[in-house]
Amino acid sequence: MSLYILSKEQLGEFVEKLQAKFRVVGPVRTEYGYAFDDITKPEQLELNYSTTILPPKKYFLPQREVLFEFESETDDKGLRSYEVRPIFQEVEPTVIFGVHTCDMHGITLYDRVFAEGYRDEHYVERRENTYIIGMECLTPCDDASFCKDMGTLSAPQVYDLHMTPMNDHYMVDTGTERGEKLLLDHVYVEMARKEDIQQLGQVLSSKWPRFKMRLKVTRDQTPSLLTLGYKAKLWEELGEKCLACGSCTNVCPTCFCFDVQDEMDINMTDGERSRVWDSCQLREFALVAGGHNFRDTKASRVRHRVMRKGKYIKQVHGITGCVGCGRCERACLVNITIPGTINNLHDEMHPEPEKA
Amino acid sequence: MIASSAPNLTTTTIPKEYDGHTSIFLPTMATVVDVQPETKTEKIFTLRLPDGENLNHNPGQFVMLSIPGVGEAPFGVMTSPSRTGETFKLCIRNAGDLTSLIHQLKPGDQVGIRGPFGRGFPHDTFVGKDILVAPGGLALAAPALSLIDEILDHRTDYGRLIILYGARNPSELLLKDRLAEWEKRDDVELQVTVDHPDDEWTGNVGVITTLFEHIQINPYKTIAVTIGPPIMYRFVTMELLGKGLTPDQIWMSFERRMKCGVGKCGHCQVNHRYACQEGPSWTYAEALAFEEAL
Repeated sequence: MSLYILSKEQLGEFVEKLQAKFRVVGPVRTEYGYAFDDITKPEQLELNYSTTILPPKKYFLPQREVLFEFESETDDKGLRSYEVRPIFQEVEPTVIFGVHTCDMHGITLYDRVFAEGYRDEHYVERRENTYIIGMECLTPCDDASFCKDMGTLSAPQVYDLHMTPMNDHYMVDTGTERGEKLLLDHVYVEMARKEDIQQLGQVLSSKWPRFKMRLKVTRDQTPSLLTLGYKAKLWEELGEKCLACGSCTNVCPTCFCFDVQDEMDINMTDGERSRVWDSCQLREFALVAGGHNFRDTKASRVRHRVMRKGKYIKQVHGITGCVGCGRCERACLVNITIPGTINNLHDEMHPEPEKA
Repeated sequence: MIASSAPNLTTTTIPKEYDGHTSIFLPTMATVVDVQPETKTEKIFTLRLPDGENLNHNPGQFVMLSIPGVGEAPFGVMTSPSRTGETFKLCIRNAGDLTSLIHQLKPGDQVGIRGPFGRGFPHDTFVGKDILVAPGGLALAAPALSLIDEILDHRTDYGRLIILYGARNPSELLLKDRLAEWEKRDDVELQVTVDHPDDEWTGNVGVITTLFEHIQINPYKTIAVTIGPPIMYRFVTMELLGKGLTPDQIWMSFERRMKCGVGKCGHCQVNHRYACQEGPSWTYAEALAFEEAL
């Protein structure tokens, strides 16, 4: 794989050429903020965006996805039998432009969750039909970002192409063979020369000081802080504030939990089963028949989310469950934040020694 | 392109090939062969997979049963592997929307089955030991019976078999024929109690822990398997520890909400563990290591 130079003037042409063969999506401006959406004209693409409301996870795990459909038949004795057929909607080959490094880390986690163990082909088929064109972040999105704390400032190896904005061109790295073909087949690029790569090095290394650290502990210290603070008073305080609306999990690039719902057609013989984004912040999430709820209080649910992000997901999948994108903080109606929670937990568990 | 570092998991019914795709969510349509009312609220369903395929489960594993258009939920398997041929049984309490419709099923109706899933009780490691099984309520039928029958069908492989069974009242006692059979056997020690006796009840009265006074066990060679609601675990484990068992000699089964059975949907998390994958059977020693278990 190699580094190429794509002039900024040619970006539009690249997008147009891709549109002939692919569904092209990327960050666009909306009245509520930036969002990943279909690109019909190259100028809609806002590669210099800050952050999007939702991460690109919606292209791999749609908010609602039909898993199978069924037809039932009732015989003359009133006995019911069923024909079931899985639904794998044809995924139009898609190119996602401008995925930030934090969101690429989210996709890395998704790949582990859905492709490992019982392999989920609903996910895998979408993922394999989707090209990821990453976008290097040279400045923080805003004050809610804490990607530097979470170690997601550089791109993981999930991209097909990865672009870094330079003065008059993009430096494009090819992460996969299919990515390289996507680039070379659709636009004129030049191989990066030694001086270009040196310049890239300077741009990348000079971005580091622009990003602030917000956490009082490192990412690798967070799991042990959470273990220590499992019974902290903080969770009760957060439970009182939390509205249990589930906004934080909806916008999270690493939240993947889903509910499964059946729907019957109006004819009462056919129907379908779908999965729908769910949230561990909602009261019913851990409720079982007979009425016992394993996370009955908001405090226990807020704690579960933070434990998942800072500790549990790492224990199960080997990578930290928070990518520091800051979306939950922007979405929260009562200003519950991951950095604030971790820092307050740190303070509660490590009180200042009293001065003599 | 997306490689998985470990081999893909499979079980009897999934993944299912269909028209060039592979689904882990598509149920296999099983046929209801028999329905027997057990109590006012429980029925026992005998199910047959297509072509009489063996479910090939371990005691303590569960299946996801669904009625398309209504929903899907986990149910422990009642039949032991030793008694599973072309059919297997589930004992289901009428407790909600899905189960009330399951209760209306008749022989000849179809239901969806996925599984078996999860970790059952590792009965091969129990060989040579005395086994104490203490289920509360519905747990006697599923999943405790799957283990009890496995032991009974290989009776000489094990030491004593002690069954301590508690129900709320005599009318809720399950498997009365089996209880009578075990009562007569010399190689089964059965004790039954009810919380609330009726006029005819002459047996023990009190919660399940009151039965522990009546038994003596050899703590060096006993494995206890207790299955019931969360509150029961707190008291039964105290009794068992009091008799000298160590936490790793005590097995339990944990009920959780489940929507997928395959470790994806997140509902059954117990701290960082997935009850549908690493559970639902855990030792007390394992359960002590995660706060949400008990």
